[in-house]
Formats: sequence, structure tokens, C-alpha cells
Amino acid sequence: MDERFPEDGIVLTEEQKRRRRARSIAIGLALGALALLFYVVTIVKLGPGVLHRPL
Amino acid sequence: MSLLSESADFAGPARAEAAHAAIEPSMADVADYLALLKPRVMSLVIFTALVGLMVAPTHVHPVIGFTAILCIAIGAGAAGALNMWYDADIDAVMRRTARRPIPSGRVRPGEALAFGLTLATGAVVVLGLLVNWVAAALLAFTIFFYIVVYTMWLKRTTPQNIVIGGAAGAFPPIVGWAAATGGIGVEPILLFLIIFFWTPPHFWALSLYRTDDYAKAGVPMLPVVAGDRETRRQILLYSVVLLPIAVAPWALGFAGALYGLVATAAGALMVWLAWQVRARREAAGERPAKRLFGFSILYLILLFAALLAESMGGMFGRIAA
Repeated sequence: MDERFPEDGIVLTEEQKRRRRARSIAIGLALGALALLFYVVTIVKLGPGVLHRPL
Repeated sequence: MSLLSESADFAGPARAEAAHAAIEPSMADVADYLALLKPRVMSLVIFTALVGLMVAPTHVHPVIGFTAILCIAIGAGAAGALNMWYDADIDAVMRRTARRPIPSGRVRPGEALAFGLTLATGAVVVLGLLVNWVAAALLAFTIFFYIVVYTMWLKRTTPQNIVIGGAAGAFPPIVGWAAATGGIGVEPILLFLIIFFWTPPHFWALSLYRTDDYAKAGVPMLPVVAGDRETRRQILLYSVVLLPIAVAPWALGFAGALYGLVATAAGALMVWLAWQVRARREAAGERPAKRLFGFSILYLILLFAALLAESMGGMFGRIAA
């Protein structure tokens, strides 16, 4: 068997795990900020009109 | 053994090696991705776009203004990442850029490409949805111009690369203005022209003392192709042309006396430093070129800061009245 492709798959080192976690947190924060941005801009653009909608 | 089977034997391990590299876990840190965005270039883009937005004769809600600047900044960062992806081979042989994330091996080219494309698309779409589609189209064109026209085409083929390619760096004030007004006017075109004519003396001053680097990388910068003497002549020429263009916003009544004073004084100093570069080439070594490069950054900041100060002064005046 090719030793570069171990049978039990790729095992991450502690450093690789730390960096992956940091990247995941950064992506999560960016997506959260994007959702917040859309929310705030919606309020700004619609103003009080956001509450006036036909039921 | 035939040539065909020999190449097949070679291709086998090479393909396996490539496949292995593709599944090797990424070692990229968040800081590496931030470096792909070229934060220093981004800061100048943010500043000039902000001035374009602030001098526009319309009121922009602070949240919409913030959104516009955020999208322009991310679009500029995406262009930086795509530039680093395409230019990784050049960056690897130049001293100034060899430690960038891709040539140093911390970020794989595919990761940078995906990152750049995602951010570019996201910035344009969000700017279109939340601000307006004129600004979004201009931002998309700016990214296209920087990557396809400058990076992929002009940079490696002509010594006029940074003259024409400089337009990409000159677009942000127009995008900022379009974000505020939904259109384009004479005023942002003047701001565009200021950055457009400022770029050649700024970059050629740098390339004068990085000639070896550019020659080694095979980039046809003006000093490499046309020589030192011609570059110094062109630096002076562009600096002289820049002076009246920079004063034009005041002369045409778009900017006030403060701006007129700053543009005249800073422009005169820029021409004088360019003259020093032209006149004192052998005796003074690299010093005049380094001085001009350093001052050129301050020059642009001063001009745009004067515009911003006048615009904010007018805004506070209106609020007080």
C-alpha cells in the first residue's frame, strides 16, 4: 500500500486542527455579520414600514 | 520502451503526487487569508472610495454608506487575492513578495482562487442588493479590469502595464460616488484622473530601486525595458501633468480653497521631488526615488483628506444651520 495514503485516512496534527478551528470560527463570524448586515439594512430601508404589512 | 509509455510512467507518479498535494490538509491560518486581501492596498481603496461617497451631493444613511464601503473594501481584497493567485510564480522570485502566503506554501493556489472568487461575487451581489446596481456593476468592472486586463494581460506584456492598469486603482472614488448617487458625474471622474496620473510616478519610483527584482521575474516594468533614464523622464512628465489635474476640482468649483491650497502646494513638491529623481540620478543613488515614492503616498492622502475635511465641514455647517 502507498504509505502516503494511509488506510485510516488522514489524521490531522494538533496544529492543523487548531488552524482549521480558527478558519471555521472566522467563517462563522463572517456569515453572522452578513446576516446582521441584511437585518439592519432591511430596518433602515423599510423604517417603520417594516411593521405595516397585510395580514 | 516507447516515448509514450515513458511519459505515461512519468505521469503516473506525478499525478499521484498532485493528488497527494490536493488532499494534504491545509495549513493556512486566518492571518494568511487576511494577507491575501492586501490590507495596505485595501486601506487606500477604502479611503478614496469613502471620499467619493462623502463628496457626493446627496445624503446617504450611515448604514448604507458603511455597507457600500464594506463591499468596496471586500471587492478590493478579493481582487488582491485573485492577483496573488495568478502572480504566484512572479511573487516567488521577487524579494518583496516571496513571503506572501502562496509562494511561501501556507496557502494553496486553489484555496486562494476559491477565496477570491467567493469574496468578489459576494461583494458585488451584496452591494447590488443593499445599495444599488450601478455601484455594483462598477465594482464588478473594477475587479475584472484589475484581474483580467492588468494582472493576466498587461502586467506581463507591456511596460505601459501600470499606466493602463492604474485605472483599476482609480475606480474606487467613482464606485463610492455611484453608491451615493446611483450615477456618475464630472467630480468623481476628476478624482479618477488624479489617481490615474498619480499611479505611474508612484510605481515607477518604486520600480527604480527594485529593477533587479522585476527583471528576475520577467516583468516588463519601464526601467527594465526602456532603462533608468527614460523612466526618470517619464516620472517627471507624469508628475507635471498631474499638477493641473489635481488642482482642477478647485478651479472648476467642485472643491474649496483648502483643497486648492493643498493640491497646489503638494503638487509643486511632487514635481520638485520628481525633478530631483530626474536630475540627481547617479550622485544620489536610490534616495530621491525612495523619497518620491514615500511622498507620493502622503500626496494622495493629503489631497483626499482635504476633500473629506471640506465635505465634513459643509455637512456640520448644514446640521448647525
